[in-house]
Amino acid sequence: MEVTLAHLKRGERGIIIDVSSIHIPLKLLEMGCLPGNEVELVQVAPFADPMYLNVNGTHLAIRKETAIHILIDIINE
Amino acid sequence: MSKQINVALIGNPNTGKTSVFNALTGLNQKVGNYPGITVEKKEGICKLPRGVKAHIIDLPGTYSLNASSLDENVVIELLLNKNDKDFPDVAVVVSDVENLKRNLLLFTQIKDLEIPVILVINMADRMIRKGISLDIDYLEQQLNTKIALVSTRKSKGIDELKELISNYKELSVEPCMHASEIDKDYFDGLRKAFPNQLLYKLWLVITQDVNFGKTDRNEIDPVANFKTKSKADLKRLQQKETIKRYQFINDTLKKGQTIDLNTATDLRIKFDRVLTHKVWGYAIFLIILLTIFQAIYDWSSVPMDFIDSAFASLSEWTKNVLPSGAFTNLLAEGIIPGLGGIVIFIPQIAFLFLFISVLEESGYMSRVVFLMDRGMRRFGLSGKSVVPLISGTACAIPAIMATRNIESWKERLITILVTPFTTCSARLPVYLIIISLVIPEGRIFGLGYQALTLMLLYLIGFGAALISAMILNKVLKIKSKTFFVVEMPNYKWPMLKNVALTVLEKTKSFVFGAGKIILAISIVLWFLASYGPGDDFNKAEDIVAKEYASQNLSEEELQQHIASYKLEHSFIGITGRAIEPAIRPLGYDWKIGIAIVSSFAAREVFVGTLATIYSVGNDDEDTIKNRMAGEVNPILGGPLFNFASGISLLLFYAFAMQCMSTLAIVKRETNSWKWPILQLTIMSAFAYIVALIAYQVLT
Ligand SMILES: Nc1nc2c(ncn2[C@@H]2O[C@H](COP(=O)(O)OP(=O)(O)OP(=O)(O)O)[C@@H](O)[C@H]2O)c(=O)[nH]1
Ligand SMILES: [Mg+2]
Repeated sequence: MEVTLAHLKRGERGIIIDVSSIHIPLKLLEMGCLPGNEVELVQVAPFADPMYLNVNGTHLAIRKETAIHILIDIINE
Repeated sequence: MSKQINVALIGNPNTGKTSVFNALTGLNQKVGNYPGITVEKKEGICKLPRGVKAHIIDLPGTYSLNASSLDENVVIELLLNKNDKDFPDVAVVVSDVENLKRNLLLFTQIKDLEIPVILVINMADRMIRKGISLDIDYLEQQLNTKIALVSTRKSKGIDELKELISNYKELSVEPCMHASEIDKDYFDGLRKAFPNQLLYKLWLVITQDVNFGKTDRNEIDPVANFKTKSKADLKRLQQKETIKRYQFINDTLKKGQTIDLNTATDLRIKFDRVLTHKVWGYAIFLIILLTIFQAIYDWSSVPMDFIDSAFASLSEWTKNVLPSGAFTNLLAEGIIPGLGGIVIFIPQIAFLFLFISVLEESGYMSRVVFLMDRGMRRFGLSGKSVVPLISGTACAIPAIMATRNIESWKERLITILVTPFTTCSARLPVYLIIISLVIPEGRIFGLGYQALTLMLLYLIGFGAALISAMILNKVLKIKSKTFFVVEMPNYKWPMLKNVALTVLEKTKSFVFGAGKIILAISIVLWFLASYGPGDDFNKAEDIVAKEYASQNLSEEELQQHIASYKLEHSFIGITGRAIEPAIRPLGYDWKIGIAIVSSFAAREVFVGTLATIYSVGNDDEDTIKNRMAGEVNPILGGPLFNFASGISLLLFYAFAMQCMSTLAIVKRETNSWKWPILQLTIMSAFAYIVALIAYQVLT
């Protein structure tokens, strides 16, 4: 199974590996959601939607429907 | 006339463009710590060294030149249209030192347009705290530009920026990187097909549709038909372009910027752990709202009472001092009470603006967006709709403009349509005076009944907005792609100066905007109430004297009967009684009817209108409130403003669409008369029905 951003738990971090899905708006890439960048799940609203992320120092919130298309590797500490 | 330099301020949202604009021009445009405060072009003049003048244009924030919402599109339209009178001679890209990497993406795109660019690195005051140091010379060389390190909070670097602007001709117009390398074949083909056009501009025009609607592209129209790639391919290419640009930026910053994470302190995490928490986040939001309502009530009652009695004495004083005559009457009975009806609400309105601006300046607004998004989506709205709904409590007009940063057209349209339900400050005067007349003063759990009623009215407003949004979501068949990305800015101490200026400006424009309408309406009303047609009005003395001849009235009582007989047969009395049958079932008399009708220009004239009508022919000066309390229901006896008619009035004002300016702005934002007309009829009809039911049930 592919691991996506939606699999992250609060406080966990991952490395973005793919954002080429057509469901991902270009704006997200422009804000720094790029392959190779580190992403941390800072906080989630009820039902884990929306999700509050820290991508390489940029803090932003996206909906779960977008998060499930962003493929990542979870960093295990 | 010397030639002015056109300067455009461009940058990511929330980087301080408007703050720089204000520093350059000395103007006071609204600033706030929320991405999307500025949604349209704003202009001002800046004096540069050596007598040169610059024409400065403040623009909405944008993350890139690929627009995905209406406010961002403003920037692209300006930059793509060389014939625009505002087309910049020099672009000033404003960036935030804490987010330099992301901010530079837009910078590299603007560079590709081959216009002179200055890079402002703003918020320099935060560098020490964040452990950031920059090698400015290296960056200037790599980015092929001049850099001004600025802090608008500490007023640093503005003079250097002015100097750079006045020397803009010396700036290099060479791009700092070559984005077209991502697909050599494609771009070579493009260059050959349109040798006279700038390559990057062509690319922007071609890809514009992919993310957003139309741009004005008459200049290079055939380009849009240069279709050698599918939409999906174009999108992939845009992704590649973005990655390429970031590679360049990363390489540049690796040497040009060092961040010492050890000295960086961040309060964000601690605050956000609580403020965006699943439970505490909502609890705190509720407490903040409760505090606001209590404060509006409790803190402003003293100045309000003072203003009310001051205007009553002013009116009396005018009457005593000026020679009696029509002009004195107009002043004392029409204009002064009418203005009093608006000035009295300054304290409350100022408090409301104060709270909203603190919420915006602190960065808390984005957290509310985050907390509310899921809930709002159920109603066909977006988390971003919360901001218009909250700022709608001040005024629907800026609130409707603030919807421009909502990406999905359907969510945006619904937000525009339902925002007028939120309790705007113009409703406040009506609510307050009626609540004070019909709701008792007691307290429960430390909260006054009156404050609770007010809060309930706000909730009714929000409730109506949400429910109608849900209905619209079902009814409107609009397909638009929805996506949602919101930046969460760092918390900042609200800057006292910004908050104070916002409160001052907003209150001023409320008073003067409303003041103008009220002045005009009170003058017209006073004339209509002081003159009338035919014998009934002109021979009122004789008629009344005859009627009461047998009753042996004192002179004073007789005068009162004459005055009220005259009023009833004046032009306004006749009009009022003509509409009376329609409003009697709601529990109102013809005077209230007139006040409601004139409220369709703007709600806040309600109190002023009544004040004017009551003052005409009435000699003893009294406060507006006492006069209203003294009115008697002509048919049933007892006070006219009782619980039933009061509640009915409150509900009518809660739902009715009584604001010309809002209708005009909805027309502008939706580009069609259909929506404002729909709002006007549906909301007002609904208001009438609800008020009718309320009165009939309660009596
Ligand atoms: N610490 C610090 N804060 C600043 C500085 N300049 C602006 N700010 C704050 O940054 C926030 C954003 O400022 P604005 O001027 O509204 O930013 P903008 O770029 O016009 O924002 P949009 O119109 O939303 O795109 C406000 O809270 C300002 O008070 C600065 O030099 N230092
Ligand atoms: Mg701005």
